[in-house]
Amino acid sequence: MSDHRLPERDRPWMMRTYAGHSTAKKSNELYRGNLAMGQTGLSVAFDLPTQTGYDADHELARGEVGKVGVPVAHRGDMAALMDGIPLDEMNTSMTINATAAWLLGLYIVAAQEQGVEAGALQGTTQNDIIKEFLARGTYAFPPAPSMRLIADMVAYTVTEVPKWNPINICSYHLQEAGATPVQEIAYALSNGIAVLDAVRERVEPSLMGKVFSRMSFFVNAGVRFVEEHAKLRAMGRLWEEVGRTRYGVEDPKQLRFRYGVQVNSLGLTENQPENNVQRIVLETLGVTLGRDARARAIQLPAWNEALGLPRPWDQQWSLRIQQVLAYETDLLEYPDIFEGSRVMDGLVDELARGARAEMAVVDEHGGAVEAVAYMKAALVDSHRERLGRIESGEQVVVGINRYADSEPSPMAEGEDGGILTVDPGVEAGQREELARWRTQRDDAAVAQALDGLRRAAADDTENIMPATIEAARAGVTTGEWAHALRDAFGEYRAPTGVGEAAASVPSQDMERLRDEVERVSEGLGRRLKILVGKPGLDGHSNGAEQIAVRARDLGMDVVYEGIRLTPSQIVASALQEGVHVVGLSILSGSHRELIPDLIAGLREAGVEAPVVVGGIIPEADVAPLREAGVAAVYTPKDFDMGVIMGDIVALVAQRNGVGASA
Amino acid sequence: MSEAPSGADLGRRLRDGDLSVAPAVLNLVESRPAQEAGEVEALLHEVAPGALGGEARAHVVGVTGPPGVGKSTLLSELVRAWRERQRSVAVLAVDPSSKRSGGALLGDRARIVSDPADRATFIRSTAAGDRLGGLAPATRAAAQALGAAFDVVVIETVGVGQSETEVAEVADTVAVVVQPGSGDVLQFLKSGIMEIPDVLVVTKADLGTVAQRARRDLLATLRSIGERATQVVCVSSVAPVQGFDQLIDALDAHRAGLDLPARRLAARRAGAVADFHAEHGDRGLRALGGRRAALRALDEEDPALEVPALTRALEARAGAT
Ligand code: B12
Ligand SMILES: Nc1nc2c(ncn2[C@@H]2O[C@H](COP(=O)(O)OP(=O)(O)OP(=O)(O)O)[C@@H](O)[C@H]2O)c(=O)[nH]1
Ligand SMILES: [Mg+2]
Repeated sequence: MSDHRLPERDRPWMMRTYAGHSTAKKSNELYRGNLAMGQTGLSVAFDLPTQTGYDADHELARGEVGKVGVPVAHRGDMAALMDGIPLDEMNTSMTINATAAWLLGLYIVAAQEQGVEAGALQGTTQNDIIKEFLARGTYAFPPAPSMRLIADMVAYTVTEVPKWNPINICSYHLQEAGATPVQEIAYALSNGIAVLDAVRERVEPSLMGKVFSRMSFFVNAGVRFVEEHAKLRAMGRLWEEVGRTRYGVEDPKQLRFRYGVQVNSLGLTENQPENNVQRIVLETLGVTLGRDARARAIQLPAWNEALGLPRPWDQQWSLRIQQVLAYETDLLEYPDIFEGSRVMDGLVDELARGARAEMAVVDEHGGAVEAVAYMKAALVDSHRERLGRIESGEQVVVGINRYADSEPSPMAEGEDGGILTVDPGVEAGQREELARWRTQRDDAAVAQALDGLRRAAADDTENIMPATIEAARAGVTTGEWAHALRDAFGEYRAPTGVGEAAASVPSQDMERLRDEVERVSEGLGRRLKILVGKPGLDGHSNGAEQIAVRARDLGMDVVYEGIRLTPSQIVASALQEGVHVVGLSILSGSHRELIPDLIAGLREAGVEAPVVVGGIIPEADVAPLREAGVAAVYTPKDFDMGVIMGDIVALVAQRNGVGASA
Repeated sequence: MSEAPSGADLGRRLRDGDLSVAPAVLNLVESRPAQEAGEVEALLHEVAPGALGGEARAHVVGVTGPPGVGKSTLLSELVRAWRERQRSVAVLAVDPSSKRSGGALLGDRARIVSDPADRATFIRSTAAGDRLGGLAPATRAAAQALGAAFDVVVIETVGVGQSETEVAEVADTVAVVVQPGSGDVLQFLKSGIMEIPDVLVVTKADLGTVAQRARRDLLATLRSIGERATQVVCVSSVAPVQGFDQLIDALDAHRAGLDLPARRLAARRAGAVADFHAEHGDRGLRALGGRRAALRALDEEDPALEVPALTRALEARAGAT
C-alpha cells in the first residue's frame, strides 16, 4: 500500500442547494425536485418576515413575503414544507437565527406528526446571533436574551435531539460584509467562545466535551483560493486550541473543526456574469483540495447571483459543479495533498498569528458580545478598503475594472431576464391563509401556550424550548411567538459601524468631488445633506454603509439610521432632517412595493428632495421606478462610487438651481 | 421647489404653537444666506421675550457626556417618558464633523426610537461643523426658536472636556451623563476643569452594583467640594428600563428652582458673544476688551432683545460693520 493514495476513495461531502420561495407547498415541490437531481440534504431559505419574527400581515412584512425564501408561519406550513420527505432520513439545514428556537420547535412537531421522534432528527439550525448583529441583520432581541435563547437550544438539543447541530457559527456572512481572512477567523472563533461560555452556565460540566463537538461552522471561501484553504487549516488549528485550553476537551474527535461552506458571493459580478462560474469552481477548490481541512457540506451560488434569484436550472448548474468535482475528478482519492508544504504551513502560521492577535483585541473588549460595535466598525472599514482597491484597479476584477469590453452576452436574454421572479400575489395569498389558520385553531390552547411562553421567557433559569414546542403544537404563529418574546426581552438596533469608519485617503477624483460638494453647499446655503435609508426587512447593509461613508468623506452631512425601517420612519427622518437628497438601498426584492409608497409619503409630507435608489433592481423594474419618481437607479454594475457621488451632487445642484461650476 | 416661508412668518407660527414648522425653522437657522439676509433675526425677533410677553415656555435641557456613554439611548427613553406626560419634545442632536472632509455621519437619530406619526416629537441632527465647543452654529438659535412652541427642547452634544460649558450657556438645565466605573468625571469635578452639572446621570444601571457605587462616589465628591444641590440619578436605558421617573423629577426640580429670566438672559448674551467671536475672531473680541468686558457691555442692552440684535450691538461698540 502506498501512502500517497487512500485505500478507498472518500465519500463526497454533503451537497446542498439553498432554496425556498413563495409558499411552503411550492418550496416542497422544489425540494423534491432537487433531491431527485442527486442533492443529498436540504438547505431551507426562509423569507425575511419568518427570519425576523413577523407574520405576513405585519407592516414590516410588506413586499417581503415569500420573496427571498419560504414563509413558515405555523406548524401547518412546516408540515406542508416537509410533506413526503422522511424526516428520520433527511438532513435539513435551516438558515434561521433570531427565531431558530421557534423553527426547531415547528420542525420537531412536524416530525412527530410524521411519526418521527425528535431523537432521530438530523440537521442544523444556524442560530448564530452575533453575526446577525455584525453582518446579516435578521436579529430580533437584544444581545443578552438572544444569547440565552442560543444557550437554551444547545442545552436542550444536546440531550433531547442529540443528532442535531443546534448552532452553526458563521464566518460566511462576515466575509460577505467585507472581512479579511484574519477577521473572518478571529471573529468567528470569538463568537464560538461567547456561545460556549453562555452554554457553560446552563449545562452539566461533564457535557462540555459533547457540547463542544456539536458546534459546527459555516464559512466562506473567496477567489484567492490558496490562501482561503490555509484559512480553513488555521481555523481548525485554533479551534482545537480553544477546546483544549479553554474548555478542557481532550477527545480528538470532539476537538475536530467541522464546517460547511457557501462560497463567496460578494465577488460575483453583474457584468459578464458567465465569469462567475469560473470563480465558483475555484472557490470550491479552496474548500475541498486538502483532505485535512475539507468541507463537510457545500452549497454554491449561481452564475446569476448579482442579477437576482436563481432559477431551478441555475441551481442545477451549480450542483453539477460539485458533482463533477466529486465524481469525475480524482480529488477524493488522496490523503491530504498539502501535508508538509512549506507554502501552506507558512500561510497557516501567518493567518493563525494574525487571528490570535485580533482575538485578543475582542477579548479585551470583554468578548464577542461586548465587542459587537468594535467588530462591526472594523468590518465596515475593511469593506471600504476593499472597494477602494477595486475602484483604483489595485484589486483586479475581470469584467469590471479589467477586460471590461464584452461581446453581447446571451446569458440573461430570455423573457425572464435570466432570473426567478416571485409572483407578487403570493403575499396576499399567505395573508389569507394566515387569517384562515387563526380562525381554525383552538384559541384557548393558543392563549395558554402563549402564557407558558411568556412565563418561560421571564424566568431566566427556565429553558425556552419546552414552552416553544408546546406553542408550536397549539398552533401559535411565528409573529405571535416572537411578539411574546419581544414583550419580555425588548427590541434592539445593532450598531451601524459607519460613524467609526476611518476617513478614506482621498484620491485626485475625491479631492475634485470634495471641491464640488463644497461649492454646491455654498450655493445651497448649508452643507449638502443626504439621507441614506433602508426600508423594509432587508438586511443587506453593505451598499448603504459604503455610500454613507463615502458621502461623509466627500464632505456631505449624512443621516444613516441602519437597516429595517418602515417607509413612514424614513419619511419622518427626511422631513425632520431637511435633507437635500434621499438615497434608498434595497437588495431583497421589495423595491416595487416599497419605493413608490415611500415617494408618495415624502411628497405628501412636503419633502421635495429627489430620490435615488440602489441595489438589486432588475432591468425590467427600472422604468416603473422612474415613473414613480425615482431620479436614478444604481445596481452592482455601478461599482465606481465616485461616479455615483458625482451624479448625486449634480442632481442636487440641478434641483436647487445651483449652477454648474465654471 | 416651493417658496420657503419667511423668518417672521415662521416665528409667528411658532408663537401660535405650530410644531409642524420645526423642519423649516431648522433649515432656516442652518442656512447662511438667511442669516445674512436678516431672516434668522426676524425669526428670533418674533420669539424673543418682547414678542412672547415673557420667556419662552420650553424647558431647554442639555444632555452631554463623553462619546458612547449612552446619551442617545437615554434620550430615547426620556423622549418616551416626556411624551407619556403629554409634553411635546424637540431633540437637537449635535455630532462632530470630520476635520478632514468637513462631512459628518449623523448617527444619534438611529438610537432614538420614536413614533413617526407623532407630530409632537421632532428630532434633528446637526453637524458641529468647525465650531469648537460641541455646539453646531445653529443650535442656539434653534433652541431659542423652538422653545417658543415645544414643551421640552433637548440638546445632545458630545462632551469632551470643556464643551459642556457651551451647552450650559444655552440650556436651562444641564445633565451630564457618566459611565459607571469611569473616574474621569470625579477628577474633572474636583479639579474644577468641569462646570458643576445641574443633574448627573449614571447610566447602564442594568450592569449592576457598579452604577450604585458610582452614584455614591459622585455624591461624596460633590459634597467634598461643597455642592449639595446637584442631584445624581442612576438609570438604565435598556430593558429592564429604570430610573426615568426620578430623572424627570430631578430635571423638573432643577427647572422649578431656577431664576429662569436670569438664566435665559445670560444664555442670550453668551450666545451673542459667541456669534460675535465666530464672525470677528479673537481680534474682534480684543477690540471689545475681551469676553468678560463684552458680556458686561451687554448688561446695558434691553434684556428682551434677541441674540442677533445683541450681536449687532457688540459690533457697533467694536466699530465693526
Ligand atoms: C453580500 C450579500 C449578502 C450578505 C450581506 C452583508 C451585508 N451586511 O450587507 C449576507 C451574506 C448577509 C446576505 C444575506 C442574504 N442575502 Co444576500 N447578497 C449579497 C451579495 C452577494 C452582494 C451584495 C453586496 O453587498 N454587494 C456589495 C455592495 C457594495 O454593492 P451593492 O449593495 O450592490 O451596492 C452598489 C450598488 O447597488 C449601489 N447602491 C446600493 N445601495 C445604494 C444606495 C444608494 C443611496 C445609492 C446611491 C447607490 C446604492 O451602489 C453600490 C456601489 O456600487 C448579493 C448578490 C450580488 N453579488 O450582488 C446577494 C443578494 C442581494 N442576497 C440575496 C438574498 C436572497 C439574501 C438572503 C435574503 C437569503 C435568505 N433567504 O436568507 C439573506 C438575508 C439577508 C437579509 N437580512 O436581508 C439575493 C437577493 C435576491 C433578490 N433581490 O431578488 C441576492 C441578489 C443573491 C441572489 N442572487 O440570490 N447577502
Ligand atoms: N447595558 C446598557 N447599555 C447601554 C445603556 N445605554 C446605552 N447603552 C449602550 O451604549 C452604547 C452607546 O450608546 P449611545 O446612546 O449611542 O451613546 P451616546 O453617548 O449617544 O454616543 P455618541 O453620541 O456617539 O457620543 C450602545 O451600544 C447602547 O446600547 C444602558 O443603560 N445599559
Ligand atoms: Mg449619541
